[in-house]
Amino acid sequence: MGNSFVFMLLAVIAVGSAIGMLVSRDAVHSALFLVLNFITIAVFYVVLNAPFLAMVQVTVYAGAIMVLFMFVIMLLGAERLRGMWGDRPSELVFAAFLGFLLVVTFLIALVMEGKTAVSANMIDSSPVALGLRLFEGYVFPFEVVGILLLSAMVGVVILTISNKRGKNV
Amino acid sequence: MDFQPPIINLLIVAPLLITMGAGLFLMLLNIFCKRDGVYYWLTLAAIAAALVQNVAMWGHEYGTFIARGSYPMVVSDNFSVFLNSILLLSGIGTLLISRNYLHRTKLERPEFYMLMLFSLSGMMMMGMANDLILVFVALELLSIPLYIMAGLAVSRDDSKESAMKYFLLGAFSSGIFVYGIALIYGATGATALPAVYAVLEAGSPLAMAGTAFLMVGFAFKIGAVPFHMWTPDVYEGAPTVVTAFMSVGAKVAGFAALLRVFTVALPAMSDAWMGALALIAALTLIIGNVVALMQTNIKRMLGYSSIAHAGYLLIGVAAAGQHSEAVGSVLLYMLAYLFTTMGAFGVVIALEHKLGEGIMLEDYKGLAKRNPWLSAAMLVFMLSLTGVPPTGGFSGKFYIFRSAVEANLWWLAIIAIMTSVVSGYYYLRVVFYMYMFDGDRTEPVYAGTALKTGLLIALVGTLWLGFFPAGWFELAYKAVIGTTQLLAGG
Repeated sequence: MGNSFVFMLLAVIAVGSAIGMLVSRDAVHSALFLVLNFITIAVFYVVLNAPFLAMVQVTVYAGAIMVLFMFVIMLLGAERLRGMWGDRPSELVFAAFLGFLLVVTFLIALVMEGKTAVSANMIDSSPVALGLRLFEGYVFPFEVVGILLLSAMVGVVILTISNKRGKNV
Repeated sequence: MDFQPPIINLLIVAPLLITMGAGLFLMLLNIFCKRDGVYYWLTLAAIAAALVQNVAMWGHEYGTFIARGSYPMVVSDNFSVFLNSILLLSGIGTLLISRNYLHRTKLERPEFYMLMLFSLSGMMMMGMANDLILVFVALELLSIPLYIMAGLAVSRDDSKESAMKYFLLGAFSSGIFVYGIALIYGATGATALPAVYAVLEAGSPLAMAGTAFLMVGFAFKIGAVPFHMWTPDVYEGAPTVVTAFMSVGAKVAGFAALLRVFTVALPAMSDAWMGALALIAALTLIIGNVVALMQTNIKRMLGYSSIAHAGYLLIGVAAAGQHSEAVGSVLLYMLAYLFTTMGAFGVVIALEHKLGEGIMLEDYKGLAKRNPWLSAAMLVFMLSLTGVPPTGGFSGKFYIFRSAVEANLWWLAIIAIMTSVVSGYYYLRVVFYMYMFDGDRTEPVYAGTALKTGLLIALVGTLWLGFFPAGWFELAYKAVIGTTQLLAGG
C-alpha cells in the first residue's frame, strides 16, 4: 500500500473504463466496460486493505448484477443505440461544460485541502470486524435496508402483475 | 474481538416500529384476507397509534442504537416529534381523502396501504436520523414506495410516465446525495452528525463540495428550482391521493433532514450554505409562482404551487443559518401547509369523477351552486395558500418573513412578498371559476363521510392556525430548542 504508481495505474483504468462505458454505443460493450470498472474498484479495495469488500464487489457487482444486466439487454434486444451525439448535441455540449466545471472545482478543492486521503490502514476490515460493526452501531440502518428491499420487491411484483391484467382485459 | 451490543431503547423508535410492523403485518394478512376495507381501517389504526405514541414522547430527549463510545444512530427530540406528527397527520389525511377515490378508480389494493406505511416510516426516519448513512437509507425508504405508488395506475400512460420520471431523476439525485456523504466523510472521517460537527473546520473545500452535493440531493426531494423539473409531471400523472401524500409527506421529510443535517452537522459551513439556499429560495419563488400562472390543470397548478411553497420554506432554512429560532417558523409553515394542501387535494379528489378527469380549471365552473360547502372549503384553502389573513397560510408566511428580516435577508423577504401577490392571481382564479361562472357540469361530486371528515379537519386546522397562531408558534419554538441542545450534548 502507499504505492502511488499502482494507484495511478488503477485510476487510469477505472476512469477510462467508466468513460468507455458511457461513450460506447453498443450496450453489451458498455456492460463489459462496467464489469472492468467494477473489477478495478475491487482491486482498489484490496490496495486499501479491505480484501473482504473486494470479494463482495467481485461476486455481487461484477458477478451477479452484471449477469442480470446482460440478461436484460438480451431480452429487450436493446443492444444498439443511435449515433454518437444522441438526439440533442447542444445539451451534450452544455453537460460537458458543466462536467468540466465540476472537475475544476474538485481539483481546486483537493489542492486547497492539502491532505490526500483518509488513511485506511488503521481500520480493520476483516469480515469479523465488518460484521461486528454492522450489528453494533449500524444495526438499525441494517434492518431498515431489509424493509427497503422488501418494498422494492413488492413494487416489482405489483407493477408487473397489473401489467398482465391490463393486457387480458 | 467481542461483540458489544449497542444500547437500544426501542421506545424511541416505537412510532417507526408501529408503522413498519403494520406494513409487514398487512403483507402477511394479504394471504388470508381479500377484503379491501380491512386494510384501510388497519392502516388508519396503525397510523393513529403511531401518532399517539409519538405525541407521548414530546418533551423528552434521547437517542438510541448507541454503540460504545459513539453517538446515537436515532434520536428523538421535540423537533422530530413535531415533524413526525405532521407526517403522521398527512398519512391520516391521505387515507381520509382516499376512501372513496381508490375504490371508484379501481386502484384499491392491499399493497397501496403497505407501501404507504413503509414510505411513512422512511419519512419519519428522515427527521430522526442522526447519522448520514441513516439519512440516506431513510431517503430511499421514503422514495422507493413513492415511485411505485406514482405508477399504480398502470393502465394509464401518464401514471407510467410519472413513475418513470420520478424514479430516474430520483435515482440520479440519490447518487449525488451519496457522493455528498462520501465527500463529507472524506473531509471529517465521520458520518454521525454530531461527530461531523465536532471535527469539521470552517472552509474545508472537500466538505464544501460535500455540502453542495447534499444540498442538490435535498433540493431534488423538496422540488426546489433548478431541480424541480420532475414535479409538475409527476404530480399530474400520479393518482391524486398519491400526489397529495407526496406533496406533503415527501416535502416535509426532505425539509426535516435538511434542517437537521445542516443545523446539527454543518453549522461551520453556514456562511456558504446560507447564501446558496437564499439564492435557491429566490429562484424557486419566482419560477414556481410565475409558471403556475399559466396552468389550466389543477394538479399541475398545485404542483407548481408546491414548488413555490418550498421556496417560502427555504427562506426559513436559510435564515436558520443566522439564528436557530427561524427553524420554528419553518415548522409552523409546514403545519399550515399540511392542512391547506391536504384540504385542497381533498376537494380535487371529490371532483375527479374518473381517473384523470375533472381536474381541469374548467371543471370548477359553477361549483358554488352545485356544492356550496365544497366550494366554500376550497375558497378557504385557496386563500390560505395565497396567504390571506385570517388563515394558516398567512400566519406561516408572517413568521417566515419575520425570521428572514431578522436574519438580514431583506431582499429575500421582498421577493417573497411580491411573489405572494403574484400567486394570488392563480389561486383566486380557481375561486373566480367557482363563484363567477355558471357551469353546465352534471358529473357527480364524490364527497363521502371520510372525505368530509378530512376536509373538516383541514378546515379547522387552517382556520385555527390563522386565528390563534401564537400558541402554535410557541410549540414550534419549543421544538427548535431540542435540536440546538443536541448540538452541545451528544
